[in-house]
Amino acid sequence: MSIFANKETRLIVQGITGNEGMFHTRRCIEYGTNVVAGVTPGKAGQTMDAVPVYNTVKEAKRASKANASVIFVPPPFAADAIMEAADADLELIVCITEGIPILDMVRVKNFLKGKRSRLIGPNCPGIISPGECKIGIMPASVHKPDGPIGVVSRSGTLTYEAVFALTNAGFGQTTCIGIGGDPVNGTNFIDCLKAFNEDKETEGIVMIGEIGGNAEEQAAAFIKAEVKKPVIGFIAGLTAPPGRRMGHAGAIISGKSGTGQSKVTALKENGVTVCENLGLLSDLCKEVFK
Amino acid sequence: MKIHEYQAKELFKKFSVPVPRGGPAFSVEEALKVAEVIGTFPVVVKAQIHAGGRGKGGGVKLAHSLDEVKTHAKKIYGMNLVTKQTGPEGKQVNRLLVEQGCNIAKELYLSILPDRESAKIVIMASEAGGMDIEEVAEKTPEKLIKVYVDPLLGIQPFQLGEVAFGLNLPKPAIKPFKALLKNLYTLFTTYDCSLVEINPLVLTKDDDVCAIDAKVDIDSNALYRHKDVIEYRDTEEEDPLEVEASKFNLNYINLGGKGTVGNMVNGAGLAMATMDAIKAAGAEPANFLDVGGGANAESIANGFKILLSDKNIKGILINIFGGILRCDVLAQGVVQAAKETGLKIPLVVRMEGTNVEEGKRILKESGLSMITANNLKDASEKIAEAVS
Repeated sequence: MSIFANKETRLIVQGITGNEGMFHTRRCIEYGTNVVAGVTPGKAGQTMDAVPVYNTVKEAKRASKANASVIFVPPPFAADAIMEAADADLELIVCITEGIPILDMVRVKNFLKGKRSRLIGPNCPGIISPGECKIGIMPASVHKPDGPIGVVSRSGTLTYEAVFALTNAGFGQTTCIGIGGDPVNGTNFIDCLKAFNEDKETEGIVMIGEIGGNAEEQAAAFIKAEVKKPVIGFIAGLTAPPGRRMGHAGAIISGKSGTGQSKVTALKENGVTVCENLGLLSDLCKEVFK
Repeated sequence: MKIHEYQAKELFKKFSVPVPRGGPAFSVEEALKVAEVIGTFPVVVKAQIHAGGRGKGGGVKLAHSLDEVKTHAKKIYGMNLVTKQTGPEGKQVNRLLVEQGCNIAKELYLSILPDRESAKIVIMASEAGGMDIEEVAEKTPEKLIKVYVDPLLGIQPFQLGEVAFGLNLPKPAIKPFKALLKNLYTLFTTYDCSLVEINPLVLTKDDDVCAIDAKVDIDSNALYRHKDVIEYRDTEEEDPLEVEASKFNLNYINLGGKGTVGNMVNGAGLAMATMDAIKAAGAEPANFLDVGGGANAESIANGFKILLSDKNIKGILINIFGGILRCDVLAQGVVQAAKETGLKIPLVVRMEGTNVEEGKRILKESGLSMITANNLKDASEKIAEAVS
């Protein structure tokens, strides 16, 4: 089992003819993802390898019965691409693009209200249900199919690191989701925790947060109230100085809010096992996910 | 992107947000000229640096004559201004703002910023102007007015009223305040601001409003559509190494001061985790450096040069989780950079992921003296030992 993406997912790639789009579409297809169509405005009728290209998401959906989309378009056009996918009523929209202006995302988030589309990202590695479907840019090789661990993270390479530790410790993954490093994003920690909690094959959860905002604090309260499965948490940026954006647009300590320490404390107080040193994650997993 | 107060006020004027008469000065002589044009006294001489708390640090002075303007301008221009936001090392003042004094009846606080939690645009206002807004939020939260604006609808008349009445403004000041707030909101959205703040916003004795301070931050990700403000960037306000790194599209932050371990990582989250691991191993990280998920041999080489320009560094840790970036490509970049720069300090390399065996072979056969590590904990302990 898996959450949000699986063997049945039929994927459109928006921006399929660009360098990034082409490269990663090929890696996704190699992994077994069912890529059914691509969209690049003005390039309808072409193909990318064997994938037919359409001008609009609606045309692509009509022709391919797609239910999901991944977005590789540059930042100035990404917000529009997300809204187009939502307007075509796709169930899942994964936006990889980094560097979308925050006011664009604020508008997108309000546009999505009342629509059924789930947005993952932006500024994220995507989502993978190992052995079933990969939608994004993560290196497939570090993952191990068939569960029982679910992974949710605000980061990219840090997630690969954590997944690699899980795989090395003998734990496969049901689904790994990067929710993205931007201050305003689609799916949040709580959405993923809720889905993992309900997923029968997920037996434990690894949650990777970082400085900035209060999503981890809210997630911690949700875990205490609702989640019946063991959770390991990790927070990056304990040594980050206040007022500086640490790479991710959302990773910034503003005044006294968003510090790493407040997140670690919130997780601990709500029954989450906090991994203090990433190098020890494998050992900790063996202890917690017996 | 941060901009100076006088630049923010140029934007204010463009959007009919009232500011005192005056202008910038880049020398003492220019300050005098601006004061002459204003023609009335008192005038205010203000240091222009990208940090708050300038008044308390001695960077804002009131002058009642041209002689006083000269005295203050001489003192402030070129001074090293230390405020609680600059840190103990302070910042050199290279620009001044000279403007007309204002007859102040009351000081208010007003700001607009995107709210990440609600995904709305939030307007914050308080009668306790001049104070740090965080202090207001902490000590007198009941005084803080918060109004959430739907970005798809824009600011509504009732919301302008909520803020205006919430501030207990005298009746004649309501109308000019509403106009100011509406214009400020338009400025905020038009220029993709990540913050617009007026602290203090002044209620004058003749019941008008005037922005005697102005802070505007612009979303760097949106600069592609605001080419007219790119020239507002003042690289003298930034760390020279950070300016250099930005030319190579590297995400570098100098942590300032005591750090002795330079580090280079791909991905922001992993870079933060690496800094944390260095600290946990008992050493002090000198920087944050994310070479990006799609780094290549060239960006590795450039990153190396940036790290080595920091003279406090006693050792370097490279931590790469190769996904798209293959470890063999990385290893070639490291070898090339180490040879070009004639590396003399300890180097610990930890890499994992795609083509890791080939990468390790390249490092081994390069003949360079470097320490390899198996995981992040191992790597951070080895670099901590090497610099101790």
